[in-house]
Amino acid sequence: MSRPTVGGHLRDYWAGLRGGDLGTLPAVLGLLVLILIFGSARGETFLSALNFANLFNQSAQIVFIAMGLVFVLLLGEIDLSAGFGSGVCGAVMAILLTDHGLPWTVAIPAAMCTGVVIGIVLGLLVAKLGIPSFVVTLAAFLGFQGVLLTLLGGGRNVAINDEFVTSLNNGTLSVRASWLLAVAGVAGFALVRLLRWRGRVARGLVAEPIGLVLARIVGLAALVLPATWVLTLERAVNTQITSLKGTPIVVPVIVTFLVIGTFVLNRTTFGRHVHAVGGNVEAARRAGIAVDRIRVAVFAIASFMASIGGILVVSRQSSVDPNTGGSNILLYSVGAAVIGGTSLFGGKGKIIHAVIGGAVIIVIENGMTLLGLNSGVKFIFTGLVLLAAASVDALARRRAAASGG
Amino acid sequence: MAATPLLELRGIGKSFGPVQVLRDVGLSVWPGEVTALVGDNGAGKSTLVKCISGIHTPDAGTVLFDGREVSIGSPRDAAGLGIEVLYQDLALCDNLDIVQNMFLGREIRWGGVLDEATMEEMAGETLRNLSIRTVASLRQPVSRLSGGQRQTVAIAKAVLWKSRVVILDEPTAALGVAQTAQVLEVVRRLADSGLGVVLISHNMNDVFAVSDRIAALYLGRTAAQVKVTDVSHAQVVELITSGTSGRSGAPS
Ligand SMILES: Nc1ncnc2c1ncn2[C@@H]1O[C@H](COP(=O)(O)OP(=O)(O)OP(=O)(O)O)[C@@H](O)[C@H]1O
Ligand SMILES: [Mg+2]
Repeated sequence: MSRPTVGGHLRDYWAGLRGGDLGTLPAVLGLLVLILIFGSARGETFLSALNFANLFNQSAQIVFIAMGLVFVLLLGEIDLSAGFGSGVCGAVMAILLTDHGLPWTVAIPAAMCTGVVIGIVLGLLVAKLGIPSFVVTLAAFLGFQGVLLTLLGGGRNVAINDEFVTSLNNGTLSVRASWLLAVAGVAGFALVRLLRWRGRVARGLVAEPIGLVLARIVGLAALVLPATWVLTLERAVNTQITSLKGTPIVVPVIVTFLVIGTFVLNRTTFGRHVHAVGGNVEAARRAGIAVDRIRVAVFAIASFMASIGGILVVSRQSSVDPNTGGSNILLYSVGAAVIGGTSLFGGKGKIIHAVIGGAVIIVIENGMTLLGLNSGVKFIFTGLVLLAAASVDALARRRAAASGG
Repeated sequence: MAATPLLELRGIGKSFGPVQVLRDVGLSVWPGEVTALVGDNGAGKSTLVKCISGIHTPDAGTVLFDGREVSIGSPRDAAGLGIEVLYQDLALCDNLDIVQNMFLGREIRWGGVLDEATMEEMAGETLRNLSIRTVASLRQPVSRLSGGQRQTVAIAKAVLWKSRVVILDEPTAALGVAQTAQVLEVVRRLADSGLGVVLISHNMNDVFAVSDRIAALYLGRTAAQVKVTDVSHAQVVELITSGTSGRSGAPS
């Protein structure tokens, strides 16, 4: 085993790419290209601070559903009901807040519990009865649409005015808090990476070259600090009436779950077993892993994350209606995970994929709207992007199968 | 040589419905030795292994481990005794790396968090002890390994978990010459380190290259169990194809 060098690492990375392990690369490149296109065509609006901040709020629901779907996709399963599931959970919260006059401290946990219960039921149907997840969740997709309609008594639109809930996906942090968050985030990342590097070097294990570790840290800082600067600019349309600046509150919410999810998948036994079941069920079973329990757990996690997506979208709209979580929300969420680099075949996926893929989806949606293109064009283009991502996934799989032993 | 076999089977019988696949099969596995289990297709080798590993329960017969009678009702029981079976499909997770595969289901944790460094150290040490130097990095996904390397990883896993009996079902069936030699070398080293090894193979060259004893199954019966030095290639082939041989034939 040779001493690691930056060059050696790049060669390994290149070998991985050639072997079909593209990871987030296509999505990141795609995102850059899209930003360049929309930025040059509609720079004054698309690249404005107001629009930039808006992207986070707009994408929150999809990103959360997609983060949950990554767990399910890792097993090679699917949850088609996550969109309306998030709608049902959002409705539960809204109804408890308004019709029952309960505080958010009750309504939000109730919505989350609804999500977990939904997920456990779906997971049990898949794991214990052996019904394909496609069918179970397709049935649930229809069912939840009906539940939502029933909860809302036909076609009612329930408006909420709870300040805390509304602020979740509309409010912003103070400028000071925004900077604190950015600096703490980068510092935390740097600390974790450096400590891990030092730990491995101290134990004589093969570690990433320090240059690469530093490059990652600088890279994150180069992303986060300018973004924070833009977000702390004044972006109110009429500054005489209000002032609007600071990082959207939803950003730390997304980052928190991104960090927790990544930690769970990479650093816990549970996460390792999720990967194992997705990679080779038989191997997992022989290793003594309770495969069924893992199945139920990922569906519970997915519906839980969908419930947060539901809470955030209700917060954004300040209301819930029978189509909350409907139309193309689910497809966009699956698309986000896949575009980000999560495989539909199981065994390969990261939480960050949901965030990057979600960004791609929302940038397309947002940019094409600003270009004045109609929904038809948007759907066709988004469909093509998803198809491209799925092709990358399938081709990567074939290459891996061809190069592996 | 130890006085008692590590693992001993006596009078094992197994039927699937009306089909009797094994009848009155005996097998002794000694520590520090490689016992080759040979027999034609359908002779019942894999079925016998599944009876030992707890996937099937035998209808008749006794299993002795360390001279004590044991009942193996599940793979967990087998693992508990220290019996590890490497099936031909190996069952490694392609998307996990070498360390992750070796520790799958038995991860080491430190305060609830996976202790990657310790696992990596232990995996590396185990591979070194088996003189496995052909893998470039412990952190590459096993999908990038060759068939022979995958076999050695699976064998190393058994060593890591302090197995006492390792059973390999046709480990070299899909391998080329160089890789076969590599795997057989590791199999030999496994026995030399004191484990009892059972090697299922159709390849007489492999069998004669590494085994100390040969057990032949013929139509679900033990045709013979002999020391490798006492028989010739031709005699073993005869045992496999007809169940008897001129000199050492011991039909049961
Ligand atoms: N679950 C089962 N149900 C019914 N019959 C079975 C079952 N498993 C094995 N058999 C039969 O038992 C016989 C022995 O099979 P086994 O797989 O043990 O043979 P083998 O010696 O391993 O052969 P090979 O060299 O081809 O691997 C075969 O005739 C097979 O059809
Ligand atoms: Mg067989």
